[in-house]
Amino acid sequence: MNLKRNALKAAFPHTIPVLTGYLVLGAAYGILLDSKGYSFVWAILTSLFIFAGSMQFVSISMLATGFHPVYTLAITLMVNARHLFYGISMLSKYKGTGILKPYLIFGLTDETFSVLIASEPPKGVDKNWFMFFITLLDQIYWITGSLLGSLLGSFITFNTKGMDFALTALFIVIFIDQWRATKNHLPVCIGVGSSMVCRLLFGSANFIIPSMITILLLVTVLQEKIESRNSI
Amino acid sequence: MTFTLTQSLIFFGIISLTTLATRALPFLLFPDHKEMPKYVKYLGNVLPYTIIGMLVIYCFKDVSFIQAPFGLPEVISTALIILLHLWKKNMLLSIGGGTVLYMLLVQGIF
Repeated sequence: MNLKRNALKAAFPHTIPVLTGYLVLGAAYGILLDSKGYSFVWAILTSLFIFAGSMQFVSISMLATGFHPVYTLAITLMVNARHLFYGISMLSKYKGTGILKPYLIFGLTDETFSVLIASEPPKGVDKNWFMFFITLLDQIYWITGSLLGSLLGSFITFNTKGMDFALTALFIVIFIDQWRATKNHLPVCIGVGSSMVCRLLFGSANFIIPSMITILLLVTVLQEKIESRNSI
Repeated sequence: MTFTLTQSLIFFGIISLTTLATRALPFLLFPDHKEMPKYVKYLGNVLPYTIIGMLVIYCFKDVSFIQAPFGLPEVISTALIILLHLWKKNMLLSIGGGTVLYMLLVQGIF
């Protein structure tokens, strides 16, 4: 019991930025879903069983385009293709996590992934439960946000515009930490460079998959160079 | 509701299962007991350093730098985050400061 409580205590501070971002974005999702005639029950169910923010927003726009199961599947694959990178990156970290592993894999969102690669549990805290609680807390925030948005959306008078910038800020901070943690900046530059070029070439709606392919090609071609400079 | 109940369940069910598939695939291909190929191990080490940059660009994907306000709220807030973080090295302070400034900028000024 103590093992779990310590892990929860250690995990919580790492999730505070996600708390802010998920409550606001989750609420926005709940409000939109409600506006399509789907009650709070659907907000809870979708956030419980899908738990993928950008895909849940896309699903709302798809509600208006008619019922096309194959198309739905194809769009979901495209929007979520980046998860493959997260999975490959977490293969080692999730090794030996036992019964927690299925949930850790299920809950691997952009934000959970970013927090997990940027944080180590303090000494004496169980790594597996630490990762589990970060994932679980993040999902609780997301479900709570969507529920609140769905139920109270029309009563929110506090101006929350711009609050979701907390998630952008989270990525920027992790980016800075990563930059400082290594002398080998080639991978970071490959990530930023490929994404910027692909954003300009393919537009804002379609650049993620081309970016992933470019990144994969470059880190493969440059493997020797990256590994020889290794400090990663 | 735009769909019938059954259609809605199928629609969200497909999204749920397909999302799970994209998350689970690498772990199904390389389970714990199997030796991971060297190349995959290399990717696992190097990809995190490339993805965060991709996510930052993703957050700015819809910001226009050629139309007013020329991405100024984003640029100014990002600059503050960088300065705060290099100075104090406190994650929550950097994120909190940057977010509050951004909210002030988009709500009050731009």
